[in-house]
Amino acid sequence: MDTQKITLLEGREHQVYEKKQGGPEVDIACDKTSLSGSVSQRACVFCGSRVVLYPVADAIHIVHGPIGCAAYTWDIRGAVSSGPELHRLSFSTDLQEMDVIYGGEKKLYRSLVELIDQYQPNAAFIYSTCIIGLIGDDIDAVCKKVAKEKGIPVMPVHSEGFKGTKKDGYKAACNALMKLIGTGSTEGISKYSINILGEFNLAGEAWIIREYYEKMGIQVVATMTGDGRIDDIRRSHGASLNVVQCSGSMTTLAKDMEAKYGIPFIRVSYFGFEDMSKSLYDVAQLFPDRPEIMEKAKEIVRDEIRKYYPEMQKFKAALTGKKAAIYVGGAFKTFSLIKALRTIGMSVVLAGSQTGNQDDYRRLKEMCDEGTVIVDDSNPVELSKFVLEKEADLLIGGVKERPIAFKLGVGFCDHNHERKIPLAGFIGMYYFAKEVYESVMSPVWQFAPRKGGLK
Amino acid sequence: MEREGLTINPAKTCQPIGAMYAALGIHGCLPHSHGSQGCCSYHRSTLTRHYKEPVMAATSSFTEGASVFGGQANLLQSVETIFSVYDPEVIAVHSTCLSETIGDDLQQITKKASDDGKIPEGKYVIYASTPSFVGSHVTGYANMVTGMAEQFAVSTGEKKDQVNIVAGWMEPSDMREIKDIAKVMGAKIVLFPDTSDVLDAPQTGKHEFYPKGGVTIDALRSTGDSKATVALGCMSAEPAAIALEKKCKVPFETVEIPIGLSATDRFIMALSKAAGVSVPAEITADRGRLVDVMADMEQYFHGKKVALFGDPDQLIPLVEFLLDLGMKPMHIVSGTPGLRFDKRMKEILERAPYANFKLGMGADMFLLHQWIKNEPVDLLIGNTYGKYIARDEDIPFVRFGFPILDRIGHSYFASVGYKGGLRILEKILGVLQDRQDRDALEEKFELVM
Repeated sequence: MDTQKITLLEGREHQVYEKKQGGPEVDIACDKTSLSGSVSQRACVFCGSRVVLYPVADAIHIVHGPIGCAAYTWDIRGAVSSGPELHRLSFSTDLQEMDVIYGGEKKLYRSLVELIDQYQPNAAFIYSTCIIGLIGDDIDAVCKKVAKEKGIPVMPVHSEGFKGTKKDGYKAACNALMKLIGTGSTEGISKYSINILGEFNLAGEAWIIREYYEKMGIQVVATMTGDGRIDDIRRSHGASLNVVQCSGSMTTLAKDMEAKYGIPFIRVSYFGFEDMSKSLYDVAQLFPDRPEIMEKAKEIVRDEIRKYYPEMQKFKAALTGKKAAIYVGGAFKTFSLIKALRTIGMSVVLAGSQTGNQDDYRRLKEMCDEGTVIVDDSNPVELSKFVLEKEADLLIGGVKERPIAFKLGVGFCDHNHERKIPLAGFIGMYYFAKEVYESVMSPVWQFAPRKGGLK
Repeated sequence: MEREGLTINPAKTCQPIGAMYAALGIHGCLPHSHGSQGCCSYHRSTLTRHYKEPVMAATSSFTEGASVFGGQANLLQSVETIFSVYDPEVIAVHSTCLSETIGDDLQQITKKASDDGKIPEGKYVIYASTPSFVGSHVTGYANMVTGMAEQFAVSTGEKKDQVNIVAGWMEPSDMREIKDIAKVMGAKIVLFPDTSDVLDAPQTGKHEFYPKGGVTIDALRSTGDSKATVALGCMSAEPAAIALEKKCKVPFETVEIPIGLSATDRFIMALSKAAGVSVPAEITADRGRLVDVMADMEQYFHGKKVALFGDPDQLIPLVEFLLDLGMKPMHIVSGTPGLRFDKRMKEILERAPYANFKLGMGADMFLLHQWIKNEPVDLLIGNTYGKYIARDEDIPFVRFGFPILDRIGHSYFASVGYKGGLRILEKILGVLQDRQDRDALEEKFELVM
């Protein structure tokens, strides 16, 4: 099949939009499960829950089901911990045929007891996978029983893969967190305090962000869930503000905490100078009775940008006029990336996400230049088509997109679980620019067939 | 730690990924996962991480409705979508724990797709039942390969001068090497599945949805007329050979995947017999080179203790190879259950009565680590997940098996055949000698080794 001549998948017309002067105003249809038979880049409910809760490092995470779901999510996310590393182990009830017939509750119970005795965790998360929903295991009852016997919180996570999209998995994870929140003491929590939500400490990013806020004189009660600790989560209802990054995964939790504990929240992004600065200012503004917080924020922004700006100009000089295609998980990340790419002189020819909603796509349309293609829940054929048609020099995506970029002979930047260097914060913007520069300007592309091949 | 119902750090994964990998070895095939979206996504991600190649596969995208009313509608819709949009030669459907538990019957749904005219003329849909709660990824591979044999092979009554080789789970590089060996021997073969030129494809500047490699449907159909089958591996390949014998009366012989000297000897003899060809001097010379290096470096191998984990059809010949080198396989685990595997490994381990060996439930990396702590080893061989143990215990580590997520090479350099044996030796010696250099006292630090 010649990918350059392919047309869109039937039934996908409403999930793809090209911004054109005088073109039709189409609302992108999102929140849809993928069409049966499509080569989707999306995952499932379980995946959503697993990635959100995974970084809680002093809990055990048991995947209740056949072995696969535990095997594929074993230490795949570079969410680093400053202490315990229980989250990097893979625990599975490894259900067999007989368990499917007779039920897996007893096995789950035994597994939990054995693991808690062995590892002495501060809590346990039990993920139900697809078939748990069918064989009717009452995992809530098992969790309750074990929690009582062992004296630690044991949280069921209802993440049966087929019960919705990855976003529903985020919700299930937030529900589990909500059960923990409010069970710890709020003693010693300052009025000038926040929780950092939706920051998973990939390559140590949460540490960078935490440090900025602490420098401003703000106490960080809990990061959810990067470098996460059960005790911090339990007392996080004592914070004055929730600062939410990664709009898709944690907004639910922020809303629930607002409803139950009256904690307001703001949405931020830590990618790029512009959004990073804004996320410091926005927080400072909410503590007006202490102006030194804002002063400190300004100082941080000034110092940090001064530190990295000159270096960035070198990258910008080389990258100006180059084109990027973005296909990442959350839409909020797409917004930041567009701005960050503009900072280094690059334009965006394709922007898409796996989990954006109507508002996200409306905003994307406003932000993008003429001719930019906007997609929801795309697939490799479409991505290849647009990358080639629009002559992109860079694709930003995750694990499944990387080899496609390289096969086409264009640069790549992993902005997903597998990034090895922090991309958040001011220093993260510098790393991002550096990574983009190194990939786009790599001499290897000159050997790619589309640049002429063997001469 | 005594465990009753729990796996910690598995030495296996689930059936469907094996079925997906096998299906990629058919030319123009789009694997299809009949289950939730996540399964397909995880399998593609894992295969992509292992091969650093795009891996295409479709999914039935189950929803709550499908789990109540059955997945027939999803699969029928999928077949239609796939043929109209992705235009493959064949769709290879595998089930998942979800569709199996619901009770979807792939044979019946496939028939319905055909009856309803959803399968275009000259195109095919094959299927394999691959419940995740039975066996492991190896079982899934075997089931899909068996499906290929059962559903494609035709016996026309006219025998062809060719031999089927059923590839056990091996790398594209290994499959290429098997074809090269057959060519040098002058044996006409049909190798299936064949992932060479699919998962080790060159950069073309285009995204090739269906790369040029893979066994063709014509070749698969002709396997019913072949004069014999050689199956490589009792777990991952033999079931397909049995199916061919049943359906088309093609006699078969099972040998191990030709890893190391002895297993390669047996493969060469089996192929020579089945194809009626003699062993040419080139092959004998390759063998001589391997034996030569084994002799040259014998002192570095002798008595070295090794821990291994992985899949049955690789472990059996590999353990034998280590024994042939004078090494001591101390601890062996595999999450894959299997009577044939158990029996054969125990036969081989008669030469190593000291060895710990466990397979199936409870045979995981946690157990392996415990064994290693009790009885330390000089070398660890296994997939990428071994790196935690290797680091904790400071053991030289050779990556071998599936998946390898943190190194390259397995796609391009074969481990099978005599030449593949040389590569294994080079890798083992590399880490052992690096360790010796690292730990040597200044006065014992040797230039010539």
